[in-house]
Amino acid sequence: MIHLENVTKRFPGGQEALSGLSLSVDKGEMVFVTGHSGAGKSTLLRLIALIERPTNGHVVVDGQNTSRVKRRRIPAYRRQIGMVFQDHKLLYDRPVFDNVALPLVIAGVGHREAGRKVRAALDQVGLLHKEKQRPETLSAGEQQRVGIARAIVSRPKLLIADEPTGNLDPELSLEVMRIFRRFNEVGVTLLIASHDIALIDRLGCRRIALEDGRLQQVPEEEVDPWL
Amino acid sequence: MAVTRNADAVAPVRRSSPLAIWFARHMGVAIGSLGRLVRHPLSSLMIVLVIAVTLALPAAVNLVVKNARSISGSWDNALDFSIFLKQETGEEAAAGLARLIEQRADVESVSFISATRALADFKELSGFGAALDRLPDNPLPHTLVVRPSAGNTSASLILLQEELGNLPETEYVQVDTEWVQRFHAILDIVRQAIAIGAALLGIAIVVIIGNTIRLDIENRRDEIEVTKLIGASNAFVRRPFLWTGFWYGLAGGLLALGLVYYGLFLLQGPVARLAGLYQANIAIASMSLEEAAAIIGVGVFLGLFGSWFTAARHMRRIEPR
Repeated sequence: MIHLENVTKRFPGGQEALSGLSLSVDKGEMVFVTGHSGAGKSTLLRLIALIERPTNGHVVVDGQNTSRVKRRRIPAYRRQIGMVFQDHKLLYDRPVFDNVALPLVIAGVGHREAGRKVRAALDQVGLLHKEKQRPETLSAGEQQRVGIARAIVSRPKLLIADEPTGNLDPELSLEVMRIFRRFNEVGVTLLIASHDIALIDRLGCRRIALEDGRLQQVPEEEVDPWL
Repeated sequence: MAVTRNADAVAPVRRSSPLAIWFARHMGVAIGSLGRLVRHPLSSLMIVLVIAVTLALPAAVNLVVKNARSISGSWDNALDFSIFLKQETGEEAAAGLARLIEQRADVESVSFISATRALADFKELSGFGAALDRLPDNPLPHTLVVRPSAGNTSASLILLQEELGNLPETEYVQVDTEWVQRFHAILDIVRQAIAIGAALLGIAIVVIIGNTIRLDIENRRDEIEVTKLIGASNAFVRRPFLWTGFWYGLAGGLLALGLVYYGLFLLQGPVARLAGLYQANIAIASMSLEEAAAIIGVGVFLGLFGSWFTAARHMRRIEPR
């Protein structure tokens, strides 16, 4: 699903966020990216979402080489990917329903069909009863779930999440992870950046550890799902 | 793609036609943009008012020129020719000539002013009475005042003037058209000036709308970023701003029409009084349907152009960070 080959990202200041990184995520996998802040987690996700382009190397997502995606085609490309953000990035001037419906409105889905899909997505994150409320009246955990509902409403094959539990307490974090897990069970590929190693280990998923823009050698016992 | 189609075949979903969806989407955005304007009535009204005044100004001046033209045009056809006959022409011959000219199709009436009467009038009006009495004989010729019929064009008037000038009895034909021609030349200059002024004001409207849309875009920057992040195209994020420009232009055009009509309404009384004084049938020519439609059309066009110009520039710049 995701394939990085010798990817380097250098910023105009000369600072390197990723240095010759190669990695692969298979279809249907749920993979975590860990590392300290500045290790390159966010940059990795931004390259996949085509917010940035690599200085060197190739990023291939679902068979598409992102360096061949023209600027004009970026919106269509992004519509295939669900994205969840640490700060939710909700629109606070409209109710929950409209927030979740946004990807469908952008894709030009008809009114009735959109309504059905939005309710299904809200049901999956347990917020069906709050569709008419405004995001600012919701708790941080609920807002993040609205963000997740928006990311999955158009049923993407790939979901990327940047520190989705960064602002949540352990209990809420676990719940968000459980939601992700359920999507994974129905075949969605997930790539989640997180620094919450304890939580990741409880879930028993593969972990890609980054350090200074390179893969860090993870000691074998730490990835043992049975621990 | 084939996979999706297969899936649809298994579980058919009733879809509206693409055109219907496109239309519904546009209507949704249009109403949304209008709602946004209505929610800030004061600032919206200010901009609409500026656009309306800017549109109404050239429209009103144009209307004034149009009226001046139609009034002076009616003078144009009612110009009298004065034919001064040769001194040796007798009074009988002159009166006969007057009757002859009157029978022409392009002449409405001819009044004959004999030399004697002309002298009497002149004595009375000029105050040179005593001096004129001393003249051995009457220096004034017989005069025929010819009023052409209303059906004449300017070309046929020139022809008539020539023919009257070629009569053996004619000394000189005087037509007082020069000042009318000058007046028309002035009107032409005013028209040109309106065209130039209107073009400048049009630019002003584009700048005003563009600036308003720019502020609007700045205010909604986060929203645009998030929407683009989710996969919205430039066209998608631009659409509400184009509709905002459209509404500004439409409202401005309608209000401009209202202002012009209100101005006409205010002028109706004074003009009727003036017409009464001159015992003339003067009515202000109002705007034609085409002119009214043109004002609204220009408003909408400038609104769309201003917003499109600004939105296209800024949308490309705002990218998710």
